[in-house]
Amino acid sequence: MIEYIPYITVVAMIFIGLYAVLFRRNLIKIVIGISIIESGVNLFLVILGYREGGVAPIYTSLPPGTTYPGEMVLPVPQALTLTSIVIGVAVLALMLSLVMHIYRKYGTLDVRKIRRLKE
Amino acid sequence: MTLLETLISQSPALIIAVPLFSAFLIPLVSRINAKLRNIFAVVMLGFTGCLIGLLASDVIVHGPLIYIFGAKNLSVPLVRILFEVDSMSIFMAIITVMLAGIAVIYSWSFMSEQDGLDKYYTLLLLVVTSALGMELTGDIFNFFVFLEISCIASCALIAFWISEGEALEAAFKYIVVSAVGALFVLFAIGILYAQYNALNIATLAHMLQFSFLDKIVLVLLLVVLGMKAGLAPMHMWLPDSYGRAPPSVTLIIMSATLASLYGVLRVVFTVYGNVLTTSMRFDLPLHVLVGWILIVLAIVSILIGVIMAFIQTDLLRLIGYAAIAEVGYIFLAMGTAIAALGTPYGAIALQGGVLHLLNDALDIGLLFLVAGAIYYVTKKRSLDEIGGLARTMKYTTVFFIIGLLAVAGMPPLNGFASKFLIYESVYRLNPILSIVALLCSILMLAIFIKVLYAAFLGPELPALKDAREAPKSMLLAMGILAGMAVLIGLFPNLFLDTIIKPAADALLNHAQYISTVVGGI
Repeated sequence: MIEYIPYITVVAMIFIGLYAVLFRRNLIKIVIGISIIESGVNLFLVILGYREGGVAPIYTSLPPGTTYPGEMVLPVPQALTLTSIVIGVAVLALMLSLVMHIYRKYGTLDVRKIRRLKE
Repeated sequence: MTLLETLISQSPALIIAVPLFSAFLIPLVSRINAKLRNIFAVVMLGFTGCLIGLLASDVIVHGPLIYIFGAKNLSVPLVRILFEVDSMSIFMAIITVMLAGIAVIYSWSFMSEQDGLDKYYTLLLLVVTSALGMELTGDIFNFFVFLEISCIASCALIAFWISEGEALEAAFKYIVVSAVGALFVLFAIGILYAQYNALNIATLAHMLQFSFLDKIVLVLLLVVLGMKAGLAPMHMWLPDSYGRAPPSVTLIIMSATLASLYGVLRVVFTVYGNVLTTSMRFDLPLHVLVGWILIVLAIVSILIGVIMAFIQTDLLRLIGYAAIAEVGYIFLAMGTAIAALGTPYGAIALQGGVLHLLNDALDIGLLFLVAGAIYYVTKKRSLDEIGGLARTMKYTTVFFIIGLLAVAGMPPLNGFASKFLIYESVYRLNPILSIVALLCSILMLAIFIKVLYAAFLGPELPALKDAREAPKSMLLAMGILAGMAVLIGLFPNLFLDTIIKPAADALLNHAQYISTVVGGI
């Protein structure tokens, strides 16, 4: 049971984030929701690469006696996570700058008062 | 001769690298001269187009080509990224670079009075890079990276007219939808990696077992990429962004949208190609199930697009809804091809759908450019405030008439060729679908005839007395699109035999796509 807890956390984070994106009315809270989903997905990738008792996958600094590659944690999911974090920062910055401009224009962050594009 | 062969073998990397580096050179070039910047953008896209043409001539004859970034001979199989180019990818790349070139030519006059143009061209070339990357890559994580680049750059372009609140709103909507969608793509990629320890599309397709998790992955990828392609009921961002972005940008975003549509096809036909005939519940094969789901969503898209276009008064938004209907036609054809996999009319539906991809880009692109020209001349969006423009904008009127006939599928134009293939093959699957599609096409004609009367015919409005013809570069851009529409309409077989059929065959022949990578290395 204990080994499932990370996966349960991932699912919980994704659903909390989705709830915020779908049902919150404040633009900043929507942005926070997206960040939570992103953390959940990143956590998922990190868990995939973890091996019980594994060492860092760096060839030059392996502790003596370790065998490649069985005792290393997987490097690929870590690379994926790093890429995803970098992209996440860019998206977050862009979203926040949009929110800033919207606030300047409309003087509010409430979605109900901003919606002009209907039909 | 060897130089040419070297160029072809290196071109998958160059096709990505040239627009990417020129994107970041643009701010430097634009320090020297604004005109030089425009020429630089056109020349670089032209060079990319030449490379794509060279690669296409090779790929269509010799089959899929792979390009390896990273280790070529290494016992660890993961430390590399593959680009795999087959006829379908190169066909999509041709559409992308064509739309981009036309958008840059159009921007020459259209955007000339704006500032911040160095950033505009940088973003524009970045979207082109990302769309080309999504189309050429053979690595599913790489696909995700390019998807994110396209979502960030397109969002910034949609908000280009930042003084308008609606543009900001459309951009925010777009980025929320795309960011959440892209994260679910990453989640799906994680699930696939956890099961098969691979990120390469061909390797994944080769090893796919169709477990319960794979079904979840299929649903996630179809929903997200369908949403990015503008399939109803996930279409709500599309008319907002298409209607509020500058019309030259709309063309570029359309190419990113079509790249997502290519993603749907790649996932269904290639990644799940081996398991499409697996029986699901009630003895229904997977391809029938997926095909019918796509068909139902496509019919909903067509209906929503046409009905909502009927009640719009904002011209750009109206064309945005028409674009949803056109995407619906493409998905109708693709759904039929998937549901009727292996039958002759399924193959014809696929050819019709692939041809309609090209025609959708041409027709909707042309209409957007005409609407942009009207906006450029009159500074008005609403159909209620314009009228009688045919007196001063003669060429634009002619281009609009070509566009409206093409989008409604009238005989001498390109829309007829592809829609006829679609009706014919869909009729074999289920006549009712074909009838609905045909009726909606007629409604589309009615909608655009209404626009023709409202905008171009009727009495001259006093407010628009000093309206003039659009500038030359805009007319040139519209002329190229209209010329292509007429050319494809008159000689559809020329295009069908040279590029459409190889592209459709490449989609169906997933075994070749897989064996190029799995057997070759």
